[in-house]
Amino acid sequence: MTSNEAEKQGSSRRFQLPFQIRVEPRLEVPRWLSPVVSLGAIITALLLGGLILAFVGGNPFQAYAHIAKAAFGNLGVLSDTLVKATPLILTGLACTVAFRMKLWNIGAEGQFYMGALGASIVVLTGLVPEDASRFVTVSVMLIAGVVFGAFWGFIPGWLKARLKVNEIITTLMLNYIAISLTNYFIFGVWSEGGFQMSHTFQRSAWLPRLADFAEQMPILRGLTTHFGLVFAIVAAVIVGYVLYRSIWGYEIRLIGDNPRAAEYAGINITRNTVLVMMFSGALAGLGGMSEIGGVVHRLQAAISPGYGFTGIIIAWLAKLNPIVVIPVAVLFGGLILAGREIQPAGIPRLIQGIILFMLIASDVLLRYRIRIVRRAERV
Amino acid sequence: MDPIIILHAGVATGTVLLFATIGEIFAERAGVLNLGLEGMMLIGAMSAFAITVQTGNGGLGLLAAMLAAGILSLLHGLVTIHFQADQVVSGLALTFLGVGLSLVLGEGLSSAGAIALLPKYTVPVLSSIPLLGPILFTKQSVMVYIGYILIPLSWFYINHTRFGLHLRAVGENPTAADAMGLNIYRLRYTYVFVGGILAGLAGGTISLAISPGWFSELTTGGMGWIAIGLVIFAQWNPWRAAFGSYAFGALRRTILDIQGPQMIFGLRNPFFFNPYYGFFLQMLPFAFTIIVLIIGSRGALRKRLGAPAALGLPYIRGERGL
Repeated sequence: MTSNEAEKQGSSRRFQLPFQIRVEPRLEVPRWLSPVVSLGAIITALLLGGLILAFVGGNPFQAYAHIAKAAFGNLGVLSDTLVKATPLILTGLACTVAFRMKLWNIGAEGQFYMGALGASIVVLTGLVPEDASRFVTVSVMLIAGVVFGAFWGFIPGWLKARLKVNEIITTLMLNYIAISLTNYFIFGVWSEGGFQMSHTFQRSAWLPRLADFAEQMPILRGLTTHFGLVFAIVAAVIVGYVLYRSIWGYEIRLIGDNPRAAEYAGINITRNTVLVMMFSGALAGLGGMSEIGGVVHRLQAAISPGYGFTGIIIAWLAKLNPIVVIPVAVLFGGLILAGREIQPAGIPRLIQGIILFMLIASDVLLRYRIRIVRRAERV
Repeated sequence: MDPIIILHAGVATGTVLLFATIGEIFAERAGVLNLGLEGMMLIGAMSAFAITVQTGNGGLGLLAAMLAAGILSLLHGLVTIHFQADQVVSGLALTFLGVGLSLVLGEGLSSAGAIALLPKYTVPVLSSIPLLGPILFTKQSVMVYIGYILIPLSWFYINHTRFGLHLRAVGENPTAADAMGLNIYRLRYTYVFVGGILAGLAGGTISLAISPGWFSELTTGGMGWIAIGLVIFAQWNPWRAAFGSYAFGALRRTILDIQGPQMIFGLRNPFFFNPYYGFFLQMLPFAFTIIVLIIGSRGALRKRLGAPAALGLPYIRGERGL
């Protein structure tokens, strides 16, 4: 070999790394891997969000420290975080149920509004008398919220089942329609003195708060967490039972995993599509009812800073596990609560977007392993 | 309530939908569903406005819009094509990301001041055609004319060129296309990027020509989602997309105009005397999208003409395909 040739070879090798990156399909996924990957995705997302924050002139460390303190720093803010988490658990569950059957219900936002509208209608039209007991009033509100939400899920479910209309777009369009409809009632029917809100509900329509028991237990003074949280947790347990312990849940999961096999097994996909969308809508509607009864105590505009959309991310982050939805929703509740004061205003939404992106991108690590192999020395 | 004015404005507004819809048709024909239109359009609108305010040059603004939205779309491409993630969820993530990013970067932009709008032209001979002239060729923005050119061009490209054949092959049967020697991944990236560029153009058209300015999320106001609905109505055909887009544009204008006059068809105009009924008018574009979808789905069912067969499915080399 002449020196010239050797030099040529050397130059062609110069750009080769001393190791090789190989991507191989995984045959089995260790149990610990999925949570680790999700955690890694969230951390990466927060780092990226911090970078963008720094780029637009904010201080990411300060911002994150502020979020942590303003969301979980003391009992008072923790209670506020739980208030924000309550609707998020319910919308997260709504998305979980639908996504489990691979039904893309993007309409939890609209169903949430319809639930709020339904609960308000029974109070504001005097359908339940003002002197009715709290138990009766709240029960009727709950039924109304659930029914309105379920109806708003029924429409796209029926269109999908009967007419094969894409549910992603119908549920989304119904969001806009629900918000306009609610606005009509707020501005045009129940507006009080020209303000963009109805009058305050009578006390019997308020969900009990922790603060209501401050007389007996002084530590609860000023805590805003309300009974809706109980609804949310009970709902999570019910959804968990339905999905993983009932025949219906088995059908839902089978359709989601393999619709053709489900059809051969004699499962009625048409009926399940409608039912699951209604179930999903009912959960989101319950969220709207709980927000109206537990927090704002009247119908007003912009009751949701996108709870329905955040529910999508929560469901995905919880890997469609109804019980895991609860802690994830608490984390996002903190992000939304603390994020209100962070400038620029789009930051919480941006971080949510990055988290979701990182999550689905990181799934590839569950399916493939990336191995770094030392390049075999060749002479 | 002058029909000429409504149709004239409808064509202008419809141009926004047209760009977004045709862009999405390209991506979906290649088998990639991109639900992130709303986010990409918003990024486009924000970048176009910001750059135009900075440089005073609308052309640069449009370029920035196309580039920004195009880059965003490549993110969707990476996640769905290489990482084989679910296209629906990735598209939603793209929406969140695009909306959040444009709100953050567009902070304070709404008070950035006035810009010179993109020029409007009247075409000498064509504008004297009765009826059509005043609607289509009189004092329309340059973007509207670009739209006119884009319709036949994209139709011809998809249906009558070799590249269009490749595009359709990748979306209908990627396994066969791969065996033919096409690079599926590269083609899918390309058309996702094309979709992003056109979505950016749509956004730029809003903020520089149709309703100039930056009004955060209200700038697009759900038009991205309407465009996704229109793709299904259009059955992935640019001509039908054009019809749907212009019709929706006209509908939006009608909704604005119907609240103006005191009397309508010789009757008292309820929308004038009770402005709150306007909320029902606001629902109309979204309700119509649902109706249009029902029509589109039924038509597709009847003609056995559906979505590209591989739409929404990741392509994995070496695995058995369809």
